[in-house]
Amino acid sequence: MIQITINNRVIEAKEHTTILNIAKQNNIHIPTLCYYPDLDIKSDCRICVVEIVGQKGLVTACSTTAREGLEIRTNSPRVLNARKTITELILSNHDANCTACVRNMRCELQSLANRLGIDVNRFEDVHEPKPVDDSSPSLVRDMNRCIKCGRCVDVCRSVQGCSVLDIMGRGHDVTVSTAYGKPLREVFCTYCGQCSSVCPVGAIMEKDDTDVVWGALHDAQKHVIVQIAPAIRVSLGEELGLHFGGIVTGKLIAALKMLGFSRVFDTNFTADLTIIEEGHELIKRLEEGKNLPVITSCCPGWINYVEHQYPEIIHHLSSCKSPQQMFGALAKTYYAQREKINPDDIFVVSIMPCTAKKFEASRPEMSVNGKDPDVNAVLTTRELAKMVKQMGIDFDSLKEEKFDKPDEVTSGAAAIFGTTGGVMEAALRTVVEILNHQPLDNIEFETVRGMTGFKEAEVMIGDQPIKVAVVHTLGHAKAIAEQVKNGTSPYAFIEVMACPGGCVGGGGQPYGTTEEVVRERIHSIYSIDRLTRIRKSHDNAAVSNLYSQYLGEPNGEMAHKLLHTHYTNKRR
Amino acid sequence: MITMPLLTRRFGKIKPTSIKDYMAHEGYEAFKKALLMDRIEVIEEIEQSRIRGRGGAGFPAHIKLIALAKEKATPKYVICNADEGEPGNFKDRHLMEHDPHAVIEGMLIAAYATRATHGVIYIRGEYQHAMDLMRQAVEAAYQENLLGDNILGQGITFDIEVRSGAGSYVCGEEFALLESLEGKAGRTRVKPPFPTEKGLFGKPTLINNVETFANYPVIIDMTGAAYAKIGTPSSTGTKLISLSGNVKNKGVYEVPFGVPIRTIINELGGGVEKGRQLKMVQLGGACGPIIPEYMLDMIVDFDRFEEFESKTGAGAIIVIDDRYDFFELLHNISHFFAHESCGKCIPCREGNLQLIKTIEKFMNRKATEKDLSALESQARVMHYTSLCGLGQTAPTAIISMLYFFRGVFLQRIEDSQMEVSS
Repeated sequence: MIQITINNRVIEAKEHTTILNIAKQNNIHIPTLCYYPDLDIKSDCRICVVEIVGQKGLVTACSTTAREGLEIRTNSPRVLNARKTITELILSNHDANCTACVRNMRCELQSLANRLGIDVNRFEDVHEPKPVDDSSPSLVRDMNRCIKCGRCVDVCRSVQGCSVLDIMGRGHDVTVSTAYGKPLREVFCTYCGQCSSVCPVGAIMEKDDTDVVWGALHDAQKHVIVQIAPAIRVSLGEELGLHFGGIVTGKLIAALKMLGFSRVFDTNFTADLTIIEEGHELIKRLEEGKNLPVITSCCPGWINYVEHQYPEIIHHLSSCKSPQQMFGALAKTYYAQREKINPDDIFVVSIMPCTAKKFEASRPEMSVNGKDPDVNAVLTTRELAKMVKQMGIDFDSLKEEKFDKPDEVTSGAAAIFGTTGGVMEAALRTVVEILNHQPLDNIEFETVRGMTGFKEAEVMIGDQPIKVAVVHTLGHAKAIAEQVKNGTSPYAFIEVMACPGGCVGGGGQPYGTTEEVVRERIHSIYSIDRLTRIRKSHDNAAVSNLYSQYLGEPNGEMAHKLLHTHYTNKRR
Repeated sequence: MITMPLLTRRFGKIKPTSIKDYMAHEGYEAFKKALLMDRIEVIEEIEQSRIRGRGGAGFPAHIKLIALAKEKATPKYVICNADEGEPGNFKDRHLMEHDPHAVIEGMLIAAYATRATHGVIYIRGEYQHAMDLMRQAVEAAYQENLLGDNILGQGITFDIEVRSGAGSYVCGEEFALLESLEGKAGRTRVKPPFPTEKGLFGKPTLINNVETFANYPVIIDMTGAAYAKIGTPSSTGTKLISLSGNVKNKGVYEVPFGVPIRTIINELGGGVEKGRQLKMVQLGGACGPIIPEYMLDMIVDFDRFEEFESKTGAGAIIVIDDRYDFFELLHNISHFFAHESCGKCIPCREGNLQLIKTIEKFMNRKATEKDLSALESQARVMHYTSLCGLGQTAPTAIISMLYFFRGVFLQRIEDSQMEVSS
């Protein structure tokens, strides 16, 4: 332990701790801008400067480790003046049309300026308009708002291992750019959206589809239905002022009904369906010993990554569509027939924690009639929160409601799709039981849970041990992809999720998603599982009914037509 | 005599590319002497000499050597920073073009003392001639088994590679230099860790200026104690001065620390041209302070220079006569830094452009007192908060000018008001 003083207060702190962390632990606020808890220390913005008594220059609290006896001032006149000047400098080269910005009222730069009391900028406005890149169906980049903090570059390189974005140019011309300034759609962007999640301002954001959805909701011709992904119910509350990781399923359904959706369905239902299809696919490949390992295909960021960077391993991917797309296909066929609605009048919206899901919905393969997308619009958690606010709904006071019948039955196995390890655990609960012809003693596979980037486990099928692996973040997925490509993968089944922690940490989740927050959401996801009556997908009678009434056999002809897809080599 | 030829003692007497000539003039004798000493003794000699780095910051040289020697990780790198990009500085080029082997010998001594095995000489891209000579010298040293494996049969290995910069000023800053050597864009890094802990490719690295290395053989040769007697108590040894600007005899001069600047300008430089008045002098280069004529009795000394919150040990003296306007000069300097800023940290990236904007107001007689206070405040914030030396020293000229020539700014504000009212 060391002893330091901050603002004349004597503080005991652990050695090798940064001034910023010590201050945080002691409720002393030091503003930051380029700093982000799970990312590298960049110390580019210089906003967190503090004064060390006896030192001439100011030091950044984020990057400076405290030493015994340091006397630190976090709000001396020199420090406050420096922060204010730096913030004014940022604003002098920033499109500060705040009311027309997705981050208005929730922008880190705006709140910094507010906190520092900047009401007039002493510096000349030198901002020059730059074109906006809205080439992709998932993400929009507006460099007019970019403050070059480097968070997006860092998350894309260090966490996702993709390096789609980098700092380009020098001096005042520095900008965050793709290779050769190409539009996002022309580079190896997986659309995971982690960049949009960590951006402190409105420089990278999801493509806003709320107007499209409002349009459909206001169109009397349209029968607008909505599905919600497993990870939304533990995160939406945060965008609406509730605590991290709170379970808000009932209120969420109520809010969607108030927004005007005709039916509110649960993607968990098609998650159960995915387990049946993927499980049988796995069993078949295990029996044939062909195309092993099987790799999950629910995550569209991961699919994009494989199509771009590892097309050699495409045949290892499960051919199953993601739960979102299974839902879309069934909505336009089975549901339309059952409800006697013209499929062309059905407008399917999904609420996803993900920006890549927008791209997935736009894939030409994802259309049962060959012209219209099965899923008509995808909204991120953030976009849904925006609509809830636009509608003037007091979310916290809503009375909880239930999913629409008859598909309200879902399993705990489906619920855990929202976290890393969830699809694996759900699949094991089904596959191991089917192959061993006896119920599992323990259905909780602890070894595939948690935030470790690369997890592996071994399960016994009969007397044969089967190895499985679970990875999250594309940075970790790269190692798996390399193994599979080289033929050295010892696994039979691999789950990959592109985002840290899986979908709970998705790129479309509320701002301020950090590992700490992700852990809270995961905790909630597992408690949903524990509280669910049915905990295995193959025990879901509603799914069995769907097979007997409509789909036929798992992996059968009809199932293949509606629930499976194919992938393309998109290497340039 | 004002000059004192230690580093320059062979200049003009030997063919720079001839290792034979160099050896005939005691070349590589200091290295051979060092080989007979314990490694720690070599560092102790350098510690006793109290030599401070010649690249500009004036950091005590032995501290880095000790730090590198203590590191366990391998390989260890010794890098010669020959990216002499500071305007007004040309002494490293002069040194490399006249006595390249002295630099190699210095690197060898440092490598021996710290058990480093890899050396890099990072030379400014524009210094094509110096680069050619340095490459030839390295090649010759390999021929003589002074580089490579089992050097002089002593079982030590040290390789040197000559690498070219690509024209970026900031790559003379040690972290940007490392990034550049690693094949990345020249932008500084967050510190700590310092290069001696995690430098090139994350390995322990010593980075010294060309002139610092050239001093090591001198120190080993004459002993640290003898060397420490030269110069002043806070700045020992000699300094290569790059004298330029409106002075008759421009060039590189080697003087012991402690010589007054006025003496260098007048006696070595021959003063300003006839009929001209010395208006101001910029010390150290574009990043250094601008001082008035009455300050010229100041001596060349690290600590005296630091009183101006500047690090000007690189030893440039730029003489400016009465032909030049204060604001045009500042405008020119600010443009240089705005162009060379790497853009990583905000005070430097946005600040340099705003300095230009404010100076332009003074140039165009549109300045107010508000502009003066904004300029002053902004310059100080840049100095205190920028990530690397570039941003920290970019406003030095302005800060010093505001201190010594405040009246000029006030006068211009008054002129601006007159122009508005007339």
